[in-house]
Amino acid sequence: MKQRVEIVKKILDSNDQLAEQNRKKLDEYQVFAINVMASPGAGKTTFIVQTIKNLPEGLRLAVIEGDTAPVTIDADKITAAGMTAVQINTGGECHLDANMVGLALDQLDLDETDFLLIENVGNLICPASFKLGNHANILISSIPEGDDKPYKYPNIYRNLDVLIINKIDLLPYLDFRMDYFREGIEMLNPGLKTFAVSSKTGEGFQDWIEWLIAKVRTTQA
Amino acid sequence: MHELAVTESLLAIVIQFAEENKASKVTDITLSIGALSSIVDDSVQFYWNHVSKDTIAEEAKLHFNRIPAKLRCLDCETEFILEDELVPCPNCDSIHLNIIAGEEFQIDFIEILKTEDNEHETTS
Repeated sequence: MKQRVEIVKKILDSNDQLAEQNRKKLDEYQVFAINVMASPGAGKTTFIVQTIKNLPEGLRLAVIEGDTAPVTIDADKITAAGMTAVQINTGGECHLDANMVGLALDQLDLDETDFLLIENVGNLICPASFKLGNHANILISSIPEGDDKPYKYPNIYRNLDVLIINKIDLLPYLDFRMDYFREGIEMLNPGLKTFAVSSKTGEGFQDWIEWLIAKVRTTQA
Repeated sequence: MHELAVTESLLAIVIQFAEENKASKVTDITLSIGALSSIVDDSVQFYWNHVSKDTIAEEAKLHFNRIPAKLRCLDCETEFILEDELVPCPNCDSIHLNIIAGEEFQIDFIEILKTEDNEHETTS
């Protein structure tokens, strides 16, 4: 006879548990960690490099670079900018998970790190489902992607702490309806903190850096 | 898109509970999947047939309990089902909305055969 076994468990429960462990470790070392998500080409790496350029002296950043293929182009750019980078090759997977991030954390000297940026795989769907153990989720949305993205990819906007609107230097050349875009964001994540920047020119970075420093200081207080 | 990782995770949970309950075979698995969870059930089924091979959950039937996305307007308290694209409140046009259902992504229960049942079935 068939027997029914009640489970009622989230399918990604084991990932969530590993994410909890990562979080504990980060807290123990007082490292403020940010999960950076975006579609391919939104400018994640350029954004990180520009962030490094604008950091005050002495603030130590480490970057975990998630890539689907074993190319170190992004990690090399971070290293060239003078910060530590660990590359994770996801072997074709469309997202980072808590296990991969845990392995990368083992390779970092967290004692010598003030904050961590985890560059997720370029994708607007999958990374939203996998917790990593970071403190803040940010999404980089760029002007050329179009103003309808919140309506098409609602999931990723919902659990954000910060939205970066990147490539604003291109606004004069494209039909991007900022009001329509912002209205979609407001529906999904009322009051979301947003920073409009150009990672190319550095415009708008001051406010973002201030936010970042405040968070890092709070974690270390 | 990430259904392979998800299906592997599902298999691990199923096998854990099946073993704890001394199952010899898992026949059915019932899942609740919210419309906002971005999981495609056909895709989970496809991967399932591969990842469950040579386990006690091989050939188990997957049943999907689809849960529609339900929103509540924070201004006029109207509740409505989201069909596909995100829309403002149909009653008052407000964009202050709260998701109250549709994000579920869980395994509800499994149905198993115990060792003695199986023996009985094969000997009779």
